Amino acid sequence: MQFNFTKYSVIYYIFSGLLIIAAIVSLSMFGLKFGIEFAGGSNMEVNFQKTPSNDAIQSALKSFNLGEITVQPTGSNGAILQFKGVDEATHQQILIALNKLNPTVEKSFQYIGPSIGQELRNKTELAIALALVAITLYIAFAFRKVSKPVSSWKYGITSLIALFHDVLVPIGIFSILGKLYNIEITIPIVAALLTILGFSVHDTIVIFDRIRENILRRGMGQFEDTVNWSLTQTLGRSISTVLTVEFVLVSLYFLGGETLKYFALTLIIGITSGAYSSIFIASPLLVSWYKWSLKKEQKGR
Amino acid sequence: MQQKYYIFIGVLILAVLAGIFAYPNHFNKGVDFLNHKLSWTLPHFPEKPYILGLDLQGGVSLVYQADLSTVTDKSAAMSGLRDVIERRVNMFGVSEPVVQIQGTDRLTVELPGVTDVQQAIQMIGQTPYLEFDEERAAEETKQILDVIKQVQAAEAAKQDITKVKDWQLALQNPYFKPTDLTGKYLTKATIVFDQTTYKPQIQLQFNDAGAQIFADITARNIKKPLAIFLDGASIIDTNGDGKIDNQDLYAPIVQDKITGGKAVITGDMSSQTANSIASRLNSGALPVKIGSPISQETVGPTLGSVSLQKSLLAGIYGLLAVVIFMVVFYRFPGLLASLALVIYVALTLAIFKLIPVTLTLAGIGGFILSIGMAVDANILIFARMKEEIKSGKGLSQAIDEGFKRAWPSIRDSNFNSLIVCAILFFVATSFIKGFAFTLALGIIVSLFSAIFITRIFLMVFVGKWAEKAKWIL
Repeated sequence: MQFNFTKYSVIYYIFSGLLIIAAIVSLSMFGLKFGIEFAGGSNMEVNFQKTPSNDAIQSALKSFNLGEITVQPTGSNGAILQFKGVDEATHQQILIALNKLNPTVEKSFQYIGPSIGQELRNKTELAIALALVAITLYIAFAFRKVSKPVSSWKYGITSLIALFHDVLVPIGIFSILGKLYNIEITIPIVAALLTILGFSVHDTIVIFDRIRENILRRGMGQFEDTVNWSLTQTLGRSISTVLTVEFVLVSLYFLGGETLKYFALTLIIGITSGAYSSIFIASPLLVSWYKWSLKKEQKGR
Repeated sequence: MQQKYYIFIGVLILAVLAGIFAYPNHFNKGVDFLNHKLSWTLPHFPEKPYILGLDLQGGVSLVYQADLSTVTDKSAAMSGLRDVIERRVNMFGVSEPVVQIQGTDRLTVELPGVTDVQQAIQMIGQTPYLEFDEERAAEETKQILDVIKQVQAAEAAKQDITKVKDWQLALQNPYFKPTDLTGKYLTKATIVFDQTTYKPQIQLQFNDAGAQIFADITARNIKKPLAIFLDGASIIDTNGDGKIDNQDLYAPIVQDKITGGKAVITGDMSSQTANSIASRLNSGALPVKIGSPISQETVGPTLGSVSLQKSLLAGIYGLLAVVIFMVVFYRFPGLLASLALVIYVALTLAIFKLIPVTLTLAGIGGFILSIGMAVDANILIFARMKEEIKSGKGLSQAIDEGFKRAWPSIRDSNFNSLIVCAILFFVATSFIKGFAFTLALGIIVSLFSAIFITRIFLMVFVGKWAEKAKWIL
């Protein structure tokens, strides 16, 4: 049995194109809400005996001149407070003020200076850029022996396109989540995005590997057919692999506590999108590209 | 063909050892039980704790930016600063503090279990204070020791110690009193080697004002000790008990009046000791200012242990789900792969202890993720095996082909992940570093467990009987 994956590739392109456009629109409209690791500031996680109202907290802390204070309730009696950077003495006084309002236990406190935030952003950008370049180079290198009928760098470029797709989708979703639920881009989420870069390429590599093998076995004729045959052969594996990873991630999302929750969510979105894109974007793109250059060649003659 | 059984037994022994090492509690309880019941004297398996990061055990992590604008040798100044802060933190009584230089001018200080953050910040931010003290007269010493005795007696009787006459004297060092000579008069300290004995010596250079004070002090203290204190405690650990307290005293004997502001401390010391004395003298001479922290992270002890429990629970359920999936979809090979996965978990945990890896929430996240990814290689191999069996190949040949043909994909995809991990490790911050390290370690160990261990299992367990029951494969 062989599925014809490339038959409806136009529909997949349109679907993914819409997804990417939606992500870009949402990014340009809402932007990303960066956590204090990147933006600088203070982050305080507390447990109250009984959570006071947002207004009560705001007015209790008014005298400290903390800039904009965001209060996000967590759990039954907890809250996360965010405000501008303060030194330790002020921090202690804030704690005393909160204690007066309602008995408070501090769970964690974080202060990030402005220089560190900027530095972290630069480092993250560098890491993402390096990872993208390294992955493309590696794939081009790994497929160097396959040059016909599609040259090896085209494998690299198509997997790169799929990769952008896989990273853009979760980023777009997080820009919406940031707007709706105040969910911020924190370091764990960045770590997850970078992992998606590595992992979603797994699928693409496995499929491309199969295409490589089948070309060597069956010859170069019928490239489209070879791609479809390879996709059919690897489908079971693709589903199994994604499922096992999703199992641990879902368990991490529901049971793993606050810090790892959105880390897991990012990975769930990215890996699902990665599985989709390797089958429905990367491989069909390879075929479309092949057909397009074939046409060009014929016209040229 | 007997070789495979030896390897199989070797793998089992390795797995059991790794498992016990990773979680020795039950094993050691069993040993205790046997020793008790049968009066044997079996030894315990060595217990080595996991090293938990601050986010899991609670504590405070501080990052400082040092002002090096007045210093010429920046790296020496930074290591001097690191040393001084580490000394202070140790005296503060923090267990296992970590003080590290980051880049050229950053210092990170991690204090596990500290709750009084304000006091810690105050103590760390202080400028190092170097002083040279001279011996007290005998009657002064006696007086102070008397007062100390009275204060101690008052304390023991739960009386108000401020009622004791001259009680403030008890706070002073009974044997030494401060002179006017402090770090600000010292220009620098260097290590020189004796021309004939090649023993290290410490050369001190005072500035003009310091030279005058030093001449006066040495003139009135000939053949007497001159004690050197940094931050109110001995400059080095002299009795070799690994900590600096009031049992330690570093006090070279003044040989003669020294004019001109140049002095040499001789004596039988290792170059290591000489090094640390010189660098501490320098950090007192040219104090590097660090001010307030540029970033701070405080994690309460309860939050840490809750996070740890939650993430471990998530890991256990995740592992269970993967095992069930593998057994349902890949039957007998899936069962073997699940066994290999459990061995993988034990091995990785044992390696965490061995290296040791500081486990943070990010690291545990990476590890749990790697559990899900570890079976990927198995899935690739088994999918290939099934295809080969369908195409009519014999069992052992199908197994061989499965491994052989799946290898390029396994190699390419895992190598790719390792590249990303390496980039993360070298570029990013400590949170991501921890994650990248455990993930990379997980990938490497999983290649071993998914390919080598699973293969041995298949070779041992899948024999002729399976030809008749191909459905389980």
